[in-house]
Amino acid sequence: MKRISILLAFLLASAFAWAQDDVVTIGVSIPAATHGWTGGVNWWADKAMNDIQERHPNVRFVINTAGSATEQANDLQDMVAIDQIDALVILPFESDPLTEPVAQVKEAGVLVTVVDRGLIDPTIQDIYVAGNNPEMGRVSCEYIADRLGGEGNIVVLRGIPTVIDNERVEGCMEVLDATNIEVLASEYANWNRDDGFEVMQDFLARFDQIDAVWAQDDDIAVGVIAALEQANRQDEMFIVGGAGMKEMIARVMEGDDLIPVNVLYPPAMIATAMEVTALYYVSDVPVLGEYILGATLITEENAEQYYFPDAAF
Amino acid sequence: MSTPPDAAAVPWTRRIPWQTLTPLLGLFVLVVIGAMLSDSFLSASNVTNVLTRSAFIGIIAVGTTFVIIAGGIDLSVGSMAAFVAGSMILGMNWMLGLGLAEGVVLALGIVLAVVLGLAAGSFNGFTITRGKIEPFIVTLGALGIFRSLVTYLADGGTISLDFAMRGLIRPLFYGSFLGVPWPLWIFGAVAVIGSIVLHRTRFGRYVFAIGSNEDVARYSAIPVRRIKTLTYIIQGLCVAIAVIIYVPRLGSASGSTGVLWELEAIAAVIIGGTALKGGSGHVWGTIVGAVLLSTIGNVLNLTDVISNYLNQAVQGVIIILAVLLQRGRGR
Repeated sequence: MKRISILLAFLLASAFAWAQDDVVTIGVSIPAATHGWTGGVNWWADKAMNDIQERHPNVRFVINTAGSATEQANDLQDMVAIDQIDALVILPFESDPLTEPVAQVKEAGVLVTVVDRGLIDPTIQDIYVAGNNPEMGRVSCEYIADRLGGEGNIVVLRGIPTVIDNERVEGCMEVLDATNIEVLASEYANWNRDDGFEVMQDFLARFDQIDAVWAQDDDIAVGVIAALEQANRQDEMFIVGGAGMKEMIARVMEGDDLIPVNVLYPPAMIATAMEVTALYYVSDVPVLGEYILGATLITEENAEQYYFPDAAF
Repeated sequence: MSTPPDAAAVPWTRRIPWQTLTPLLGLFVLVVIGAMLSDSFLSASNVTNVLTRSAFIGIIAVGTTFVIIAGGIDLSVGSMAAFVAGSMILGMNWMLGLGLAEGVVLALGIVLAVVLGLAAGSFNGFTITRGKIEPFIVTLGALGIFRSLVTYLADGGTISLDFAMRGLIRPLFYGSFLGVPWPLWIFGAVAVIGSIVLHRTRFGRYVFAIGSNEDVARYSAIPVRRIKTLTYIIQGLCVAIAVIIYVPRLGSASGSTGVLWELEAIAAVIIGGTALKGGSGHVWGTIVGAVLLSTIGNVLNLTDVISNYLNQAVQGVIIILAVLLQRGRGR
């Protein structure tokens, strides 16, 4: 009798475990919302979680935000040990320090989706979703070159010294090198409104003739606009920002002369990655591989389809 | 510096208040270098830009001077500024939604900022003095709390002021009176009042006494806990004033507002000749320190002499040199 009850308990337990297996747990690890773009990543991750869970009740998401690379590595260990994730979607804080922790997650048998910042060893990832940084720089500066007819003076406000920033600037310079456009100066504005304001104030004090500003990022562009308005020089030049902040898209939509275009580098890519990862479990379509999102030029004509008034960014 | 020796016995060079003058000397050297490197450096608009820019850190640093002279430290001012700015904007947006007139909303917004600044400063002050916890720990905790709160209030994004308010509030930063921008008038007023309170009142003397030797101050019947708490409340008030001129500039606040302002404020105070261990210092040095800090960034932006990648190294070297200069003289 005792033996039978043990057997029964064992059967029940394994049936329970089997039922549990039906639920797929996907861990999502993203940087904390420290600036506009990562704020957008957080907003889209939340939205994608709710959307997907509603459509597929057997998919469960666990979202963790980290304030540093170390914290993110700790989060990964917790996700494997406590949440027992089946898949991981990660936007790494930094490439180098997170390569090994993600490799360990992979060894634990977890499907790995990497977003935006690639790991040092790309063989770790099963799915890769990213924006295209060199392309973003190229598209931005092609617009500037076309609009200026291949000659003129521009200033460049860079982001935070990182691989992302270097790739964008190199992509831009390849285009500009073939033209007579002179880059008067470039300074770091750290993807930040206050720094964008101050750096642009100094550029305005330094140069009498500026035809265009490549601000690269919409937060920086907000600061640039304020500096131009203060100096009353907003009619002399135009600004090319980037990332697709809703306020900027709105200005493009209205045909603003100061902000004629925007170049997309959507924080919504986290949602793309979560959707693709969920598809792996809920459908039979092949999904493993790399997805590089285009750096679309948003103009007055197509702006409407990129305008999400409810988004945080 | 212990008891000053007989005035007649020391050479005249020792009698010049070097500690007051050396920060100014450092700034002067920097200005000369800036003028040599760039034609636009001394233009009226650039000088106004730099001074206006230094007003944020400068106003905050006046409060920091009180805290540091009393032997304390406040690491939370940058986060506190972001939190007060975010709350002020949300508060004004909310009041606009209630249908209040814009002028009333602006006045109440300013009151709200001041109340929040005082409350945040009181939180730091009372936790330190009543809870008997090191100021470093309390304000480090507060740094994280305020920073998280603003990110939470912003829902991870950016808090933006309702456009209807922009027209009325913009002049607070961009407007000027007698040709001098409003932020500079406010900066000047804070400096003068701060200087009077610190150097001409009994409260100010108590602040110095506590920073020099807390035990002696206590035995001298100085209300040590109350005075120390008050220095943090003054710091909170200064943060609120800085926020009142910060918000009109871009009309927004986010998790990245005021990052590292605490270190800039502390650096301004130390460059200005105040001892980090407390007990000595003055407000005017702090003002010079704040202007010097924003001048460094400006000179670097105006020239291409130094690689972008080395900007922070240059700032670091200048900060150390500025302090070295005054310590060397003081000996």
